[in-house]
Formats: sequence, C-alpha cells, structure tokens
Amino acid sequence: MSSRTWKRPPLIKDTTWRYGLLALMALYFVAAFFSYDVNWSRVYEGLDRGWTFIKSFTNPDFTTRWTDISEGIWESIIITVTSTVVGIILAIPLALGAASNLAPKPIYYLARGFIAVARALHEIIVAILMVAIFGFGPLAGFITLTFSTIGFIAKLLAEDIENISKPQAEAVKSTGSGWWQWINYAVQPQVMPRLIGLSIYRIDINFRSSSILGLVGAGGVGATLNTAFDRYEFDTAAAIIIIIIAIVMVLEYLSGFIRARVQ
Amino acid sequence: MLELKNLGKRYKTGDDALKGVNLTIPNGQVIGLIGPSGAGKSTLIRCVNRLVEPTTGTVILNGTDITKLSSSGLRKARREMGMIFQEYALVDRLTIMENVMSGRLGYMGFWKSFFRKYPQSDIDEAFRLLERVGLDHMVDKRADELSGGQKQRVGIARALIQQPKVILIDEPTASLDPKTSRQIMRLISELCKERQLSAIVNIHDVALAQMFVERIVGLQDGELVFDGAPDELTPEALTKIYGEEDWEATIDDVDEGEENVGDQNT
Repeated sequence: MSSRTWKRPPLIKDTTWRYGLLALMALYFVAAFFSYDVNWSRVYEGLDRGWTFIKSFTNPDFTTRWTDISEGIWESIIITVTSTVVGIILAIPLALGAASNLAPKPIYYLARGFIAVARALHEIIVAILMVAIFGFGPLAGFITLTFSTIGFIAKLLAEDIENISKPQAEAVKSTGSGWWQWINYAVQPQVMPRLIGLSIYRIDINFRSSSILGLVGAGGVGATLNTAFDRYEFDTAAAIIIIIIAIVMVLEYLSGFIRARVQ
Repeated sequence: MLELKNLGKRYKTGDDALKGVNLTIPNGQVIGLIGPSGAGKSTLIRCVNRLVEPTTGTVILNGTDITKLSSSGLRKARREMGMIFQEYALVDRLTIMENVMSGRLGYMGFWKSFFRKYPQSDIDEAFRLLERVGLDHMVDKRADELSGGQKQRVGIARALIQQPKVILIDEPTASLDPKTSRQIMRLISELCKERQLSAIVNIHDVALAQMFVERIVGLQDGELVFDGAPDELTPEALTKIYGEEDWEATIDDVDEGEENVGDQNT
C-alpha cells in the first residue's frame, strides 16, 4: 500500500518563474558586488590612519578641548530635551487625526500626508534646509528634531490607537460621554504605555541625532566632533565618542527600566 | 416604555442584519433575546443606543425618537440607556472607581472628569452600588486585576450609575463559568426589579434565559420568530429559532429544576 506524500506548497507555483527569479537575483547581486572599484593601495595607506584612530581610544583626550566638548554636549542635551517634549506635544493631536477609527476621512488623509512627508525626509536633509532658513546653530537642530519626532511618534501612536479594544471604546461611548471624555477615558488609558515607551525611545534617538546634526551646522556636539576630525585630533574625537556612547547607554538602561514599569 | 418600530439595519457589505423588527417593552420588563449567532441580536441592541446606526425604522424611549436625535441629543439619550457587555468591556488600565464613574461622564463636564473631581453624590452612589455588587473593598484596584465575575459586577455598577431607564445587555455570561453566570443573571434580574428597569438581554444559554427572564423573544436571520413566556418555548419554537436539533435535553433541564441547568452544555 502506497502512503500519501506531502510537501509544503511553494510560494511561487510555476517552477520556471521560481528558479528564474532566484537566478536573476543571484546574478544581480554578483554584478552589483563587483561594481565596487577597490583601490587596494589606498586601503593599505588608510589602514594606518584607521589604526591611529582606534589607538586613540586607549588614550582619549578630555582636557585640551574640554570647554568645546562640554558646551557641545550641553547643547546636544538641550536640543534633545526641547525637541522631544515639543515634538510629543504636537504629535498627540496629529496621532488622533491619523487614527482611522477616530478621525473623519479628510482629516485622516491630511494627517497621514503630513506624517509621510515628515518620515520620508531624513533628519540630515531637513537639517540642511533648516540651517539655510534659520542659520547655523542649535535652533535649526531643535526644529529638525521636533519635526522628525512629530512624524515618528504620530505614526506609531496612531497605529496603537487604531488597535485599541473596540468593546472598551464602545462601552465608554455608550454612557453618553463627550468626544474628549471618550478620548480621556477609553483611548488614553489603552495607549499610554505605548506613548511613554515611544517617548523614551525617542529621547534616545534624538540625542544620537543631535550629536550628528552638528556636521551640517545645526548645533550640538557634532560640530565639535567634526572640528576634531578636521584637525586630526583623534584623541579629542575619541573622548567625544566615548561620552556619547556613555550617555546613550545610560538612556538605554533608563528606557528599559521605565518601559518595564508602565505596562 | 421602549418601542422598536420596523427597525432595520443593512450593513455596507449588503447584509440585512435586521429586517423590520417590531418590539415593545413596557417599563420594568426584562426580556431575553435569543437566536443563533449572526441572527442580529447584537445589532439590535446596538441600534437602540445607536452604536450602530439603524437604516430604517424608529426607536422610541418614553416618547423620544432616538433615531432622530442630533449628536448632543443622542449623548443625553444614551445616559438613560445603560449597557453591559460580553467581555465586560471595562477599561483595563483604569481603576474600578474610574470605570464605574465613566457611567457618569454624560452628566459631567470635561475638566471635572479629566481631573477625576467627581461630585460627592456620585461617589456616594458608586460606593452604594459597589457595595450592592460586593466589590466596595477594591475601588482602587485596576480593572485587569479582577476575575471575570468581578469584572461583570463592575460592568453592572457602571451601567446602573447612569440611572438608566433601560439596560441593554449583550451576552452577559458568555465568558463566565456556569455558577458565576447564574449569580450574574440573578443579580441583573434583582436589580432590574428593584429599580423598575426594562432590559433586553442577549443570551445564548436558553435554559439560563428561561430561569431569569419573564419574556423571551426569538430572533432568526434578522426577524422576530418567537415572542412569549419562557414556558412557551417548546421544541417546535426552538426549532423555528435555531433550526432542527434534539431540543428535549434543553427543555428537560428546566423541568427538572434549576440546579442542573448550568452544567448542561447546550
């Protein structure tokens, strides 16, 4: 007696298509890879410079440029805190508008459109534009990060709002509550842990970004870092990077701790 | 008195969930609404407080046509209609007190409710109700810390603090064990008697319905096919509502007395 065999049905039924697509992908990958033009003698020279940079981490120089470093770090922290707070405050109403279960269609599309733009533009691109408008300095960085915080929080918060429990929402609505009461009693309690988690995560992201935006002149410790590289002061650059890593690690630890608490 | 006249609902998908239902419920009467899944029981009670907008017909509560109300009029009318849900529908992360007080939202302004500055008379009433349902010692617990039966008691308190004229009850015992189911149904029917409330109770458990309600209405495919006293619910009537099946066991349970009913998986 022959037993019935079974195989998992393939994703693409047609064998020609299935293997043809695989072969094409492999071909493209190989071709793409070999399009890199590697100048091996340049790499050989660069290894030396790279090694000096890495070695400088064993001997970071915090003191020579300490005034510049501390000013840069403070500026980054100021940008981080202000842009995160303002961004979240502005993101909340936008998230309400971008949640399909709350907002009427026109408002929904408007809010989703704004979010799409805010998320499509990378911070560096926005920062270049803001520097062009507001000039060099932390104000440009603050506005840049506020803008991208709005897009980030609003999108993810709106998704959480769309996933709230419908019976809970119905129950509060059925008592004769007004719209804002309904938001406050039925929606807010359900999305609060997510909002807190996202906010803390965003502090982390904004601090890391604020230490990069200086490269295009939007304030923060990035400017100091850039200057250090330009002057080949790798020991000062190493000091700055170590401070950034330390702060990010502290934030990471804090965010884990707080997120575990708010569930 | 709650009157449904020619009440119909067609969903956007084209499904006729309700096909011209006529039903009159005098003050103080508790009716059990039975019928197979998808018959339109949930839609029917949601059309009463317009959580679902009916497409045809009218709902008249003590002379007011609910279906004609503006949104602010509807909010006022909803205060008079309490609702109790299948999965309790408490807001998990709010305290018991906040959940009960959400039943008063229609009577208070936004900032008062936002800062949880409830009127003392409401707080007194909340404690009275929680005492009545046996939960006044846990007002500060979060709703998700309670057991199913306790949650449903909070749900009952939330509906009653509205001082409603009618309560709409959607499968109150579907997620509860047989013993708790009976306790909850008993509590609901006692409270309705005490306060002279009319109620529509959607319920799957026919035997349980027969024990606790005075009138049973059968809904089948969006139409009323039975309306009568619990003991008129013969195997023929059940066949009309649910379709062909051996109904003797279900009915027998009622004849044999209350104590076995809950254990039967019908």
